Amino acid sequence: MKLNAALTFGLIACILLVSAPHAEHLPLWISTVCVALLAWRAYLTWGGYPLPARWLLLSVTVACVLAIAVTFRTLFGREVGVALLILLSTLKLLELKAVRDATVLIYLSCFIIITNFFYSQSIPTAMFMLLTLLVIMATWVHMQTGTLALRPRLRIAIVLLLQAIPLSLIIFVLFPRVQGPLWGMPQDAYATSGLSDTMAPGSVSKLSLSDAVAFRVAFNDTVPLREQMYWRGPVLWDYDGMTWTRGNNATLRQPTLSDTSLPVDYTVTLEPHNKRWLFAMDMPAKISISAEMAPDFQLLSRRPVTARTRYDASSLLSYRASLEEPPQQLQRALTLPQGYNPQARRLAAEWRVQSDSPEALIRTALAYFNQQEFEYTLEPPPLGINGVDEFLFETKKGFCEHYAGSFVVLMRAAGIPARVVTGYQGGEFNELGGYFIIRQADAHAWAEVWLRERGWVRVDPTAAISPERIQNGLSSALPDNAALPFMARNPSEWLRSMRLNWDALSNQWNQWVLGYNTERQFAFLTRMGMEEITWQKMALNMLAGIALLVGVFTLVMLRRLAARRTDAVQAAWLKVCRKLEKAGLPRAPHEGPMDYAARIAAAHPDLAEDIYDIAARYASLRYGGEAEQDGLPAFKDAVRAFKL
Amino acid sequence: MIGSFRQKFRNWAFRRTVETGTVVLNQRRIYILPTRQGFAFAFVLVLMLLGDINYNLSLGYVLTFLLATTGGISMLHAFRNMAQLEIHAGQIEPVFAGEQARFVFHFNNPSSLERHQIHLHDDDGHHVVFDLPAQTSTPVQFDIPAPQRGWLDSGRLTLHTEFPLGLFHAWSYIHFDVRCLVYPRPAAPQPLPAAAMQDGNGKLPTRGDEDFAGLRNYVAGDAMPRIAWKALAREQGLQVKQFSAFQGQELWLDWSQLPDIAQERKLELLTRWVLDADVQGLMYGLRLPGGDVLPQHNAAHRAECLRRLALFGGEE
Repeated sequence: MKLNAALTFGLIACILLVSAPHAEHLPLWISTVCVALLAWRAYLTWGGYPLPARWLLLSVTVACVLAIAVTFRTLFGREVGVALLILLSTLKLLELKAVRDATVLIYLSCFIIITNFFYSQSIPTAMFMLLTLLVIMATWVHMQTGTLALRPRLRIAIVLLLQAIPLSLIIFVLFPRVQGPLWGMPQDAYATSGLSDTMAPGSVSKLSLSDAVAFRVAFNDTVPLREQMYWRGPVLWDYDGMTWTRGNNATLRQPTLSDTSLPVDYTVTLEPHNKRWLFAMDMPAKISISAEMAPDFQLLSRRPVTARTRYDASSLLSYRASLEEPPQQLQRALTLPQGYNPQARRLAAEWRVQSDSPEALIRTALAYFNQQEFEYTLEPPPLGINGVDEFLFETKKGFCEHYAGSFVVLMRAAGIPARVVTGYQGGEFNELGGYFIIRQADAHAWAEVWLRERGWVRVDPTAAISPERIQNGLSSALPDNAALPFMARNPSEWLRSMRLNWDALSNQWNQWVLGYNTERQFAFLTRMGMEEITWQKMALNMLAGIALLVGVFTLVMLRRLAARRTDAVQAAWLKVCRKLEKAGLPRAPHEGPMDYAARIAAAHPDLAEDIYDIAARYASLRYGGEAEQDGLPAFKDAVRAFKL
Repeated sequence: MIGSFRQKFRNWAFRRTVETGTVVLNQRRIYILPTRQGFAFAFVLVLMLLGDINYNLSLGYVLTFLLATTGGISMLHAFRNMAQLEIHAGQIEPVFAGEQARFVFHFNNPSSLERHQIHLHDDDGHHVVFDLPAQTSTPVQFDIPAPQRGWLDSGRLTLHTEFPLGLFHAWSYIHFDVRCLVYPRPAAPQPLPAAAMQDGNGKLPTRGDEDFAGLRNYVAGDAMPRIAWKALAREQGLQVKQFSAFQGQELWLDWSQLPDIAQERKLELLTRWVLDADVQGLMYGLRLPGGDVLPQHNAAHRAECLRRLALFGGEE
């Protein structure tokens, strides 16, 4: 079959559709080159010009591969693979002559679709996949039929896809899942923003501009107050005058919790963030996946979280944490870099003299923040070397990292062991889904101080300046004109509920489609009433389901095959013929109605009048162009009245 | 060796007798196997599945399963594309050896479903592709070269389709009881023999130049003076004038009068003469060792003469 223009345009559309989502993360020049090459091919096809010479294509190919090698500094890896695949299939299109080769392009297109799932597997991506598949199928059918018009081609493609959807649903549910990876895991799962394990002024407020979801939490029964929702992330001990870091724990001793009460159970679905830490509410006691608990109550996964991860955790809202903290650790929690922030140190020393207990000192410090007209803002002025001094005594404008950092500096200077805890605070409740969404904008930093009788106690200086931040979230704590992510602002109620409904849908999608792993599969099948699940049993059920469905399809499709258009005129005429056949006068295959009537009339003169009448009516309806609604009833009556 | 074994196997596996009347393609006559492209597609799917497992791509699973089931269901479509077709063989006009025998098969598609890209081919690679609109009977002409005179059997023909995706090859065999009568190849133009006179002296007369008998197409080797220049001027192409001395007389084309040449050459020569005599409107008869055809001049007579020549020495 010849490769005609329409088919070529179809193939161009396929390549364009499968490559388009990659434009987002591929270097701009690759997208530009691909579009240019496709446009070139379209122009050649449109004008009926010959394809470019082989040497020209070859040099373009070599140049592209070299450019990719230079851009990525390697020719291996996933990103490079995707770039090469897209470029080479585009170039293949430029040398495509035979329809047979077009099959290769179709297969390549299917393969390129799947590479897009490394970057996104959201609902819109799935919809786009279906659209792309439809175009690919229509082109594929075109390849086989050549001249068929677009509309019937599309119809065939749609029928194929519509039949495939329920079948693949069965397979999706029942196909025994193998827990990957079979070989090396991808290192760069998703490019993300998220908390880091260092904190400097500006590092948390930068996150407040992102309304990307960090994780979602569904509580099993008790839902704690918003003020209690401190989602614990990296704990920072070491301070160099500018930046807080995690440092190295001086002990391997497991942290202890005593006098605990108010347990809360919940399920976290954590978005991939490429770091090891897992989030749980203060203070975590149990977690359902394998993770280690650092001496400062920080949960660390064994591997960086590169895929969406779901875990059950339980926390205790009331506790005494690590009453027996080893002295080396307490020493770490008192260390300050020498020579920085003299004013703050003096202030802390004064407070220490005035206060008769650590609790009193903490109250003094919080009162200081509360009464000295500190301002809670996303855009604090930049700070110099003695950042804490400048912040406390001059600018007095800061975000939570400023407050948490300077509070811990003050505490350490006053002789109270203290550390910075980063994480998220609060969350937005989604009523439709019954879960909380914790976004990057909810990133927060607070402090923990160690008191002899109470262990580590959480102190949130931000709450002293801006209690609304803790109770109602960021948007209520900031002035109206602050730059905030779309969601954090309170837009119209309608938009807001739309967004929340969409998130609930995405969450279901994440949980049931994207998160459908071995565990989920077992849980689902058990709920569906399957007992003692083995992969053999699943495979059998799968085959049975497929067989059943294919059987139904076959029946429906072949029924349509047998369905002939009922032709009333023909049916009535055949009735007469059958009557005569029974009487021993069958119509010969070559005999027309009038000839037949003449033969009958000759054999049975008594029937002559009737049979001539019927034959004449039949001929008139069939060949004479008489409209059916005019002649049919009379014809039928005549047939009914005809008796031997 | 292997080829003949394969042939034997195929004859055994797909044993079919020669059929008459109307053949309906039912499920027992249609075979389906994946094509090479089908296997390649399966390989691509396996690669995709490995990727899905390794990278835990749930949407990848969805895509892989969608493609796999689409491919699978296309088997059903390939089958349906051929199922319930009604086929019967049509009338076949005789041809001369060296021409193409034009077998005609009537494909009736009684369903409300259009059939696409049905291929009909024989084992020697002759091939025709066609579509069948819904509720229509479509005549399909299938040309097979007819190299020698006699009966030409269409042989067993294969009907196949790879619609809609080319992943599956659905096929069926049809072998109808139809044959094409192949007349001998007409020899190069030769002057007609002189009429066998009533007295039957058997002498071959010299070229009859007496009466203009008509025009025939020029063949290389014709004498220049015989070319009908006037006809050429009338833009009727290059033709030569034919003359006959025997207008109104009976002409016997007699096997026994021919010079001593190979049997097939004799038949070819006689065929040429039958054609020329028919064109010239002569009353001619054919005298063969097996029997005579009495002189006449009409289309049926011509057909009968040619038929006798075609089947000479063989069975009826």
